[in-house]
Formats: sequence, structure tokens, C-alpha cells
Amino acid sequence: MLRAIAGLRRPDRGRIALGGRAWFDAAAKVDLPPERRSVGLVFQEYALFPHMTVRANVAFGGASDARVRELLDRVRIAHLADERPGGLSGGERQRVALARALARDPQVLLLDEPLSALDAHTRAAVRGELQDVLGALALPTLLVTHDFRDAAALADRIGVIVDGRLRQEGTAAELVAHPADAFVASFTGGNLLPGRADGGVEVALDAGGIVRAAEPASGRVGVAVYPWEVGIALEAPGDGLNGLPGTVHGLAPEGSRVRLRIGEVVVERPAEEIERLGLGAGTTAWATFPPEAVRIVALR
Amino acid sequence: MRQSAFSALLALITGITLAFLAIPIVALFTEVPLRDVPGLLRTSAVQDALAVTLRTNLIANALILGFGTPTAWFIARRRFRGRALVVTLVELPLVLPPAVAGIGLLAAVGTGGLFGSTLRDAGIELPFTEAAVVLAVAFVASPFYIRQAISAFESVDPNLTDAARTLGAGPGRTFWRIGLPLAASGLLAGWVLAFARGVGEFGATIIFAGNVRGQTQTLTLTIYEQLESSLDVALAIGVLLVVLSGGVLLSYKMLSSWRRSSSTSPSPFARSSSASA
Repeated sequence: MLRAIAGLRRPDRGRIALGGRAWFDAAAKVDLPPERRSVGLVFQEYALFPHMTVRANVAFGGASDARVRELLDRVRIAHLADERPGGLSGGERQRVALARALARDPQVLLLDEPLSALDAHTRAAVRGELQDVLGALALPTLLVTHDFRDAAALADRIGVIVDGRLRQEGTAAELVAHPADAFVASFTGGNLLPGRADGGVEVALDAGGIVRAAEPASGRVGVAVYPWEVGIALEAPGDGLNGLPGTVHGLAPEGSRVRLRIGEVVVERPAEEIERLGLGAGTTAWATFPPEAVRIVALR
Repeated sequence: MRQSAFSALLALITGITLAFLAIPIVALFTEVPLRDVPGLLRTSAVQDALAVTLRTNLIANALILGFGTPTAWFIARRRFRGRALVVTLVELPLVLPPAVAGIGLLAAVGTGGLFGSTLRDAGIELPFTEAAVVLAVAFVASPFYIRQAISAFESVDPNLTDAARTLGAGPGRTFWRIGLPLAASGLLAGWVLAFARGVGEFGATIIFAGNVRGQTQTLTLTIYEQLESSLDVALAIGVLLVVLSGGVLLSYKMLSSWRRSSSTSPSPFARSSSASA
């Protein structure tokens, strides 16, 4: 899709326009070549010209020396201006690619999986930096990613596309609050428990157990609950809370929190809570959540 | 016991093969007194042949580079129906017997040939002229260059040329500033081989251009002519050409290792796997 917008790939049908000016229109036979569009494209593997210095890369689009210097300063790689791309780290190369894409003052910025070429350790840091840069730019930006966390951190609005179809569009919070279908629910990090409802608020799970939702549903449905909205109890909960028993396994610390599974349900809680409850692999526990935390999605 | 018998056999066969390949080269250097070689090379027959060879090869190589490079770029960067056929056509002179190339050229532009009458009316007579040598050399040597050039251009990461386009460079500027520099070592390696092949051309030249001293008689043709009269001169030319060939091979190897160390991508036409990009 990004390549089509940039003019590198021709779609079969449709229209691509920016501010009323058509760049591509299948019906009207308009197809501007890439060099006549105004895009800044940051490639997944950065595509920096290996035979040119960083400065020459950024200046390739024809930017003035002053503009090049300004961009290098903005992404904080001025000290690398005379280096070749081969000697740079992943994060540094990404910054060069960004500066280069911005050099022509494009009307739209396209980022193709900007963080996927980085190792996990650099990713979080670069994500934060990218957030700052994009925020300061105020430039329409399209970002493609397979990682919901990247999307949630970097984007104002998110569109979930599967097999070429747009499944849902909204802010990250909206997607989590009301996932449109099973894919969006699991993509945004939710548990997806298949089951069947009979027109009431109760869903009978395939794996056993009953879950009470906040709203009625019927037919084949999936119960979506998010790991950070699930609590843990050592015995069956009361008070109208849902409770699914299971064996604790798959504990994985993530900073001050721990991700673990109780049976099929992924749960995420603060580390000290896990310690306090004395949970370890093999102990039995209940995953608890209120009916309000339940999202119902249709299952095929 | 059987192991070492096999190894011994291998070694023996290898020895025979290497001797077979080396002996003619070595014999060249032993059969003519090496200090006589410079003098022998100064004879007028050789000097004339040197001039013809240099002039014709210079022009032929300019043509090969000038026409071959854009052709290779075009073929390398596009997928089109019949592409395999086009590549085969470009490679054909590689396997065509040189004499056949010569006859073919005659059939094309000779007086009785395909374009013969058109050319004659325009006052152009190609066979048995220096221009004919140029054509013969260009014909047999071009696939060596074009084939390698196609491979060199193919190995330039398409993302790089795509990036150049999104940065405002048209197809021409992209070729000049990205494609050409990045393929340069491969192109050079291919040209070096084409050059060697061109200098060594015999069959097509003698059939299409004839053996006219001072006009179409190249170094290799001189060897042929001097065989009867002055074997030493022929041997001396042989020595010269072996040294030239050795230089060519060395350059090719050095360029190939330079190329390997600066390649931009291992996979020419593999697009990245982003589903929605």
C-alpha cells in the first residue's frame, strides 16, 4: 500500500489523491511517477545508498546544505554526517532514512515497519524518539506495522487491515474497548476464548466454564478479555465476578510486571502481587474478571 | 588401501590435465629466445597489426560499452514476456563458432546479403574493411560484457532505486547515480573479459574482414600469416598475447573480489514481505 502511494506499484483500481490532487486514478488514467509525487518513504530496511556518506544520502533529493544540516541536527546524527551507512547501527540508519525522507519537504510521510529491523533492546528507545520526532513534525504520516504496541505509541488513529480488507479503524483505546472481530481482539493483545451464547449474557466456553458478559449475545462467539484487566484469585471468586480455574504456567517477567497463563488465559499482573500470592508453575488459581471486561466478538 | 589408490589416480589425472594446459603456454616462452621478443615485436608486420588491433578494439569496446550498458540495464530491471528469449539472444554469440559469426556478418551486410544492396547504394562497403573488424570484434565480444552487466545490474537492490525515485530522481538520474556506481565493479569485470575476447578474435575477422595488412590484419591474424615465413615473429606475438591474457585474468579476479566485498544485496528481485505495503 505504501509503495502504491509512493508510485512504486500500480494498483488495479482506485484513486490516490492528496488534498484534491490526484496522483493515481485508474478511471481517469492518471499515474504520476514517484519522482513527481511528494512523499517521504522510509523503507523497512532503510535502503540507504551504501556508496554515499550520510550527508550525501540526505542531500540526494536536492536539499540545500543548510536544510541538510538542520535535518541531521533534528534527528541527532550530525556527528555521523561523513560516515558511510555500512558503519552505522540500526537506530542510526533509521534516523538517516528519516532525515533523507524529510529532505524534500514531502506532503506525506510513509513509514514501512520503521521498528521491525531493530533488535528488541533498541526498539523501545527508538520508539520513544520516533514518537517525539513525529509529534514535532505535524506532517500527515502513514505508518505500517505488525506490532500493535508500535501502532498504539506512534499513531493517532489505527486501521487494522487483514488480507487487504479494513477490519476496523479508530484510536488504540477504541480498538481495545470495542474490538470489531476476533482478529482485532487478539491483535490488540487480548485473550480470545471461543464459546457459544444462547441469547442471554452467559457464554459457554468450549474449554469449559461459563462467562457472564455485560450484554447479551447469541451463536458462536469469542470472549475477549485483556491480560491487564484480569485478576488472580486463589479460590473461586464471588460477587458476580467471572472466574476461570486453571494451572499456572508460562511465567515471564516483563519489567515490574509478570505475564503468565492460567490454563488458556494470559494474565498480566504486577510482580509483587504474584509473589504475595505465592504463585509458581503448577499451582492452581482462578483468572477473575468482571462482566464489563468482556468483549464479545463474532466467530466464524 | 583402495582409498589411497583412488587418491593417487586423482592426482595423476590432475597432473596430466594441468600439464596439458600448461605446456603450450610454457612452450611459447621457451621456443623463442625471450630477449629477442622486443625486437621481433618491432617488425613492421607486427607494428601494423598492433595499430589495427588497437584502433579496432578501442572503437569496438566503445560500442560495446555504449550500447551494451543501457541494454543490460533495461533487461536487468524489467520483467517482460520473452525476456528469457532476449537473454538467450544476447548470449548466443558466446556459443556461436566464430567462423559462423563471420559468415553471418557477411550474409547480413555483404554485397549479396540482407542489407548489402541498401548499403552499396549508400556507398558503404563493409566487408574487408577496418570497420568490418570493428563489427566482428563487437559481435563476438559483446555477450561477455552484456551478460555480466545484466548480472551486475540485477544485483543492485531494487529498494535503492525505488528510494531514489521517491527522492525525486527520474529513471535517468537513478541509473546514473545509483545503478551505475553500484554495479561498477561487475561491469568492469565483464568488460575486461570482453576486451580479452575481442583482442583474440580470429575466425569472424578473417572471414568477414579478410587479412589485409595495415587495414584488417589484427595480431591474431598476423600469427597465422607469419607461421610459414617467420615462426619467431608468430611466437613473439604469442608471448605478447599471453602476457596480455594473464593481465586480463588477474584484473578480472581482483575486480570480482572487490565486487563481492561491496555487494548491496543478496537477493535481486525479492521484495520485502510486509503484507500491506
